[in-house]
Amino acid sequence: MSYTVAGAEGEWEIVCGLEVHAQVTSQAKLFSGASTEFGAEPNSQVSFVDAGFPGMLPVINAECVAQAVRTGLGLDAQINLVSKFDRKNYFYADLPQGYQISQLYHPIVGAGHVEIEVEGETRRIGVTRLHLEQDAGKSLHDQDPSRSFIDLNRSGVALMEIVSEPDIRSPEEAGAYLRKLRSILRYLGTCDGNMEEGSMRADVNVSVRKHGEPFRTRCEVKNVNSIRYVMHAVEVEARRQVDVWESGGEVRQETRLYDNVRGETRSMRSKENAHDYRYFPDPDLLPLVLEEAWVAELKTHLPELPDAKRARFVSQYGLSPYDAAVLVAEQATAVFFESVAHGRDAKAAANWVMGDLFGALNRTGRTIEDSPVSAAALGEMLDLMADNTINGRIAKDVFEAMVETGDMPGAIVEARGLRQVTDTGAIDAAIEAVIAANGDKVEQYRGGKEKLFGFFVGQVMKAMAGKGNPALVNEALKTRLAA
Amino acid sequence: MSLDPATVKRIAQLARIRVTDDQVAPLQSQLNGILGWIEQLQEVNVDGVAPLTGAADMALRMREDRVTDGGIAEKVLANAPDRAGEFFAVPKVVE
Repeated sequence: MSYTVAGAEGEWEIVCGLEVHAQVTSQAKLFSGASTEFGAEPNSQVSFVDAGFPGMLPVINAECVAQAVRTGLGLDAQINLVSKFDRKNYFYADLPQGYQISQLYHPIVGAGHVEIEVEGETRRIGVTRLHLEQDAGKSLHDQDPSRSFIDLNRSGVALMEIVSEPDIRSPEEAGAYLRKLRSILRYLGTCDGNMEEGSMRADVNVSVRKHGEPFRTRCEVKNVNSIRYVMHAVEVEARRQVDVWESGGEVRQETRLYDNVRGETRSMRSKENAHDYRYFPDPDLLPLVLEEAWVAELKTHLPELPDAKRARFVSQYGLSPYDAAVLVAEQATAVFFESVAHGRDAKAAANWVMGDLFGALNRTGRTIEDSPVSAAALGEMLDLMADNTINGRIAKDVFEAMVETGDMPGAIVEARGLRQVTDTGAIDAAIEAVIAANGDKVEQYRGGKEKLFGFFVGQVMKAMAGKGNPALVNEALKTRLAA
Repeated sequence: MSLDPATVKRIAQLARIRVTDDQVAPLQSQLNGILGWIEQLQEVNVDGVAPLTGAADMALRMREDRVTDGGIAEKVLANAPDRAGEFFAVPKVVE
């Protein structure tokens, strides 16, 4: 079912494309040797190149180029062996050069695509291009009543601008596209995808139209910095445009700002003149020429990407496509799962990882990388279940103890005496005691109220402190009650 | 092609160069002179000739991804008209 915006005159369709600015993971900046590390003292990671000092010349960082190519390969995109750099001219206090070095006319990466899944339906979102460009510095406007403060540490850090086709048709698809793109970037190690630190930001292009119409005028909502906000910006901007069209107005092509507090977009008048960037080829930079063999070499070292891994999890481990998608979304989770599943019941491994482990991570505010329970520990616990040392119920308690103490499950089972009881004598004794104490229920059960069986199982298990072997208890109870 | 006074003013504004009204006419004629030279170049047939972006027939040299610069905040800030601690300070930019 496709998403529409309900208007007075009927249904409107959303047309959306995203420009994602992803910070390239590298030690040094795109054109200088200053560090890219986040959170340093102001202006401590700035070279004369980044500060736009006269006469300073840019020299490109090979790793940034490789990262862009890896990303292009991960997006199944065309790699352009010759690309060029242009100057995008505008004035702003955090842009000391007076221009941003970018690639307008000849980007390093051409058309590719990202597959997304929304409500069980797979769609392919086209990627128009990916180009390399410099980030600007950071302005702080709230530190002083009459001045803005500028920190150029981010100035010159490499960004990949990844431009999608206007193929997105709903807020959910916008969210799915961003999550998938972030997942691919993280797998590739080309961007950490950390939106809170600004490593990934999106400009959202939105227009609306009636079904079957050509595109109408779009607006660009700038610098939205979380997936949730992007989804909301698409929703409220589409709503606004429907209202403008339906009230007889006309949507103006303009740059807008998303206000997450008020939940609205509003015009950025300051950008009215900004579209005239007077691009021209940067005379400081020769064409960027790549060897085909070098690109091929990068390709052979690409990791298994989320889509391929997901397909493999389905075929190799017999997981449902949904479970597989959950497990591959983060590479660390996939690695953890595979380590637990190795040589074991993969479905049980998946259930423990997605259920109890995710629950524990949520509760303790930890990530899979610093999980209180290691993959080896969880694996050992599955082994204890598989060889009947503990039953499923006790396993839950053992797991909680593992989260609390970080101890290995074998040690916990021994120290707390949680070993499963398979001694039929002990089980029979517990059953006799329960039957003796519940004569009335035994009558009812024998009279046909078979639902009571669960009650008996529960009582016996309780009498055995949860340690009875469930299969043996069931069997012995059935026989005894039938007698 | 020739520039009208409004375009001259707009170019000046985009370049953040203050141009007084009495400067527009002389600038217009100078810029049109330059454009005239460019127009002469347009007469050359360049079908099938790739644009030349530099005089050296070579590709971009790359450098290793190593931190070799930075840590010179004082030097970077030395010419700043105004500063606040280690920040550059500029007249407030209101969005």
